[in-house]
Amino acid sequence: MTHTPRVVILSGGLSHERDVSLRSGRRVAESLRAAGAEVTVHDVDADLIPALRDIRPDVVWPILHGASGEDGSIRDVLELVGCRSVGTGPRASRVAWSKPVAKSVVARAGIATPDYVTLPQSLFRELGAQVVLESAVERLGLPLVVKPSQGGSALGVTLVSTMAELPQAMVSCFAYGEIALIERAILGTEIATSVVETADGPVALPSVEIVTDGPYDYDARYNPGRTEYFSPARLTEEQAEAVASTAIRAHAALGLRGLSRTDMILTPDGTPTFLEVNVAPGMTETSLFPQAAVAGGHALPDLYLSIVEHARAGGA
Amino acid sequence: MTSTTPPTPGTRLDPWFGAYAQRAHNMRASEVRALFAVVNRPEVVSLAGGMPYLEGLPLDTISETVQRVIATQGLSALQYGSGQGHEALREQILDVMHLEGIDAHPDDVVVTTGSQQALDLVTRIFVDPGDVIVAEAPSYVGALGVFRSYEADVVHVPMDEAGLIPEALDACLTELRAAGRRVKLLYTIPTFHNPGGVTLSLERRARVLEIARSHGVLLVEDNPYGLLGFSGDPIPAIRSLDEDGVVYLGSFSKTFAPGFRVGWVVAPHAVREKLVLASESAILCPSNASQMAISAYLSTSDWRAQIKAFQVMYRERRDAMVSSLAEHLPDATWTVPDGGFYTWVRLPEGLDSKSMLPRAVTGRVAYVPGTAFFADGTGADHVRLSYCYPTPERIREGVRRLATVVNAERELVEIFGTRPALDDVSDVDNPGPDLA
Repeated sequence: MTHTPRVVILSGGLSHERDVSLRSGRRVAESLRAAGAEVTVHDVDADLIPALRDIRPDVVWPILHGASGEDGSIRDVLELVGCRSVGTGPRASRVAWSKPVAKSVVARAGIATPDYVTLPQSLFRELGAQVVLESAVERLGLPLVVKPSQGGSALGVTLVSTMAELPQAMVSCFAYGEIALIERAILGTEIATSVVETADGPVALPSVEIVTDGPYDYDARYNPGRTEYFSPARLTEEQAEAVASTAIRAHAALGLRGLSRTDMILTPDGTPTFLEVNVAPGMTETSLFPQAAVAGGHALPDLYLSIVEHARAGGA
Repeated sequence: MTSTTPPTPGTRLDPWFGAYAQRAHNMRASEVRALFAVVNRPEVVSLAGGMPYLEGLPLDTISETVQRVIATQGLSALQYGSGQGHEALREQILDVMHLEGIDAHPDDVVVTTGSQQALDLVTRIFVDPGDVIVAEAPSYVGALGVFRSYEADVVHVPMDEAGLIPEALDACLTELRAAGRRVKLLYTIPTFHNPGGVTLSLERRARVLEIARSHGVLLVEDNPYGLLGFSGDPIPAIRSLDEDGVVYLGSFSKTFAPGFRVGWVVAPHAVREKLVLASESAILCPSNASQMAISAYLSTSDWRAQIKAFQVMYRERRDAMVSSLAEHLPDATWTVPDGGFYTWVRLPEGLDSKSMLPRAVTGRVAYVPGTAFFADGTGADHVRLSYCYPTPERIREGVRRLATVVNAERELVEIFGTRPALDDVSDVDNPGPDLA
């Protein structure tokens, strides 16, 4: 490379995950500066496009969680203003952003994913809540996971064990979005596998195993101590290869670029079961991607710089 | 299975996880707090925070005053000071409190780092884990956080439009005594209540004091808003009725500027001695620079006129708030405060303010869910709306947006037939400063 990369990190935004995004952005900025990059952190606001024109970055790294950051909108804008960016392009981001769409895509690629239904709020109004919820339970059984069809950080997600808990779970879910995904809860080992693209193609970092004393909810994710992480995950070689292969296949099937994180349940019979994928994985002190990177022997400044250089070279 | 990778030890990402005091285990990463990260963006109308509208202050004059303090008294202002607080300021605080009928001596005053520290000190010297603190229902979220951190058991007593209900207080204290509970403090915000927006009537002030006295309970009067009334003269503080049974907390944060972090506590002699020692052990001394800046401001500016200007401005905002509520949320009910920063709104039947908050943030409006103001998990059917910071125009826009959110949520609740749930009581544990 001819010169130190000039990087703009986008963090903040107006989504429910603004706080996580700000923290992720600061952590990546710190690492990239340590690696010698020239870094500016910018919020997504009316000053952004003039700032991009002024700074003329080699690469923009959107570390925006939630809407506009992960749904492809910002990627569209970056393409419009001629900026190269780290990560997945707008069209694939849109596919990955919708959990049910992503599930159907990976299922077509032969990856197991829990059975589910996707139900918009309007449907309940038209058909009546009770009959629809009863049908969902009849079809999927209990326990169930109710989650917004879009979004992360477990916001609006409820594990439902009884029919009586379902209405409140739906209300909590619809507070975050208009479409709910009701998914059969799968028992097993909770695994997150991050993927990084290199010149040789996508490579899986060591998987991280998540053990909590309850649901892996917002508090469990961002309050250090409540969750125990095993990185690498306590898996046999065969299992480790299976989850790594699943994450890479999901990454490829969805057309993702740069980096991603696939969340899975490894069932007792050894099947990696896809839950969702993140095109802008969290990068906070407690996030899974940095843990995986460290477990893989990477120094974060070097890894993040290599991700930037890959994007700068046109690899996204 | 063929072979296994070498086992790796798990990590909780916190090497001190096993070392924390029990009370720290209740400190949680809250979704609600995370949602508030969005509210300072200009696109969002925040009816959540208790930030005073500082654009009403004469910043040029204050700037000159602060510069003069540093130029002429810098060696004192930047040095450690008295644990009890700057003497000149303590004398001036008497002038401020005199407006609400309080007679005291400068020695009775302990200057603190905001009245929040005063609250912490009072709780620290009186409350053992398991002791009871009686407080209004609802009560100030920042006080509940302090009480929780000292592992107090908060028991709420209902209010009506005239404030704390004396009969309910008496019954509560009698019942607690019969149950063998140790009630240490009665914590009350009698004037322009946060979040209730109501004011304890003059008749009830004497009665509440008498009840506390008869049960041997120290009354803590928290009064940050008392000078920000919208009609008539300031209401006499409860402390004006009794020197020995009341600990009084005051603050410059709402009547001047919270950035200086200067508040105070007035307490009976023996209590005050312990407060000074407790404060010295916590912070050594309050900021000399802040105290001297405020002292100079009080000496050289017409602070009474400034407070009157604030009264006029906040009254206009209160009017914008209540008229907007009447226009856009006719099915809700709310208090009409005669001063202070907040109105307390009961949502239409069946709505849960905490579970509605993400929808509100999506709709670019913010409020504080009622659950934040109760120690027992109730309050989901209320929200606190503040009118102190946004302009009247923004207040009207905020209430209009809130009405849209409420209507959408109401439809959802009708579809699913849900009821407000009891809150996980630790969720809004320690409020962000701008929520106070």
